[in-house]
Amino acid sequence: MKLTCDEATTICDKNQYNEATLWEKIKLSFHLFLCNKCGLYTRQNTTMSKCYEGHVKLRKVNKPCLSEKEKRHIEEEIKSRIEPSTSNIE
Amino acid sequence: MSTINKHILNPNKWVELHADYLYNYTISRINNQDTAKDIVQDTFFAALKAMDNFQGKASERTWLISILKRKIIDHYRKINSIKGRAEVKMNFYSDGDREGEWIEERVPSSWNSEIEKVIENNELSDALDKCINALPEKYGIVFRMKTMQQFETEEICKELDITSSNLWVIIHRARTQLRKCMEDSWFKN
Repeated sequence: MKLTCDEATTICDKNQYNEATLWEKIKLSFHLFLCNKCGLYTRQNTTMSKCYEGHVKLRKVNKPCLSEKEKRHIEEEIKSRIEPSTSNIE
Repeated sequence: MSTINKHILNPNKWVELHADYLYNYTISRINNQDTAKDIVQDTFFAALKAMDNFQGKASERTWLISILKRKIIDHYRKINSIKGRAEVKMNFYSDGDREGEWIEERVPSSWNSEIEKVIENNELSDALDKCINALPEKYGIVFRMKTMQQFETEEICKELDITSSNLWVIIHRARTQLRKCMEDSWFKN
């Protein structure tokens, strides 16, 4: 039943993704009842999750892609590696 | 012996048809543009070499993705095996009487104006990016896949060939380090 702070905060992190089991949640609540440090961690963790959510939304707008120059470079590399015998693909 | 419905490979068109897709697939897992570019390029080269093994059952893209996935696992294993480099900072004592307890200077401290500071804005995102990029790469990969790309736990474990308890330890270490980093760079200011 007794958890260390390390174990308690591991469950707390898992819980941010709704993947902690019922038993883990019970053990966590028991630990939080006794431990202020982990209580503060838990509150801040919820805030952090909100930050990550906002971050994801913001970053989804700009999708990175390869530049034309990089693509042409790869294309040339591929061409140079296609042996003459296999360049006519069936 | 019918060739109907059999897929064929056309390497001359690979870059045009698949490079962006493969690149996005990679960058969503490994958030480093140079590394991602190299992995995509290596995937095409490996595919060229393996063309004889292509049976035409899967589409060209599916086949390329299967090769790309192996390249990503290879990369993850490689960085995972480099010892002593940019290890994540410990937040808890790892042995002795106090094993599992918070290390004093890593104990969470209260934040100023927590609520006003959580809004979707570019500065917050930049601060987060800085902290996430400061994670050791293997923690960064798992953290991004789980939190940013919101993959299922099972999927990540399969793709990176790790166990779920392994995954949660990594997520835990990443999140405690990120908390501290954001405390110092954002919430305390």
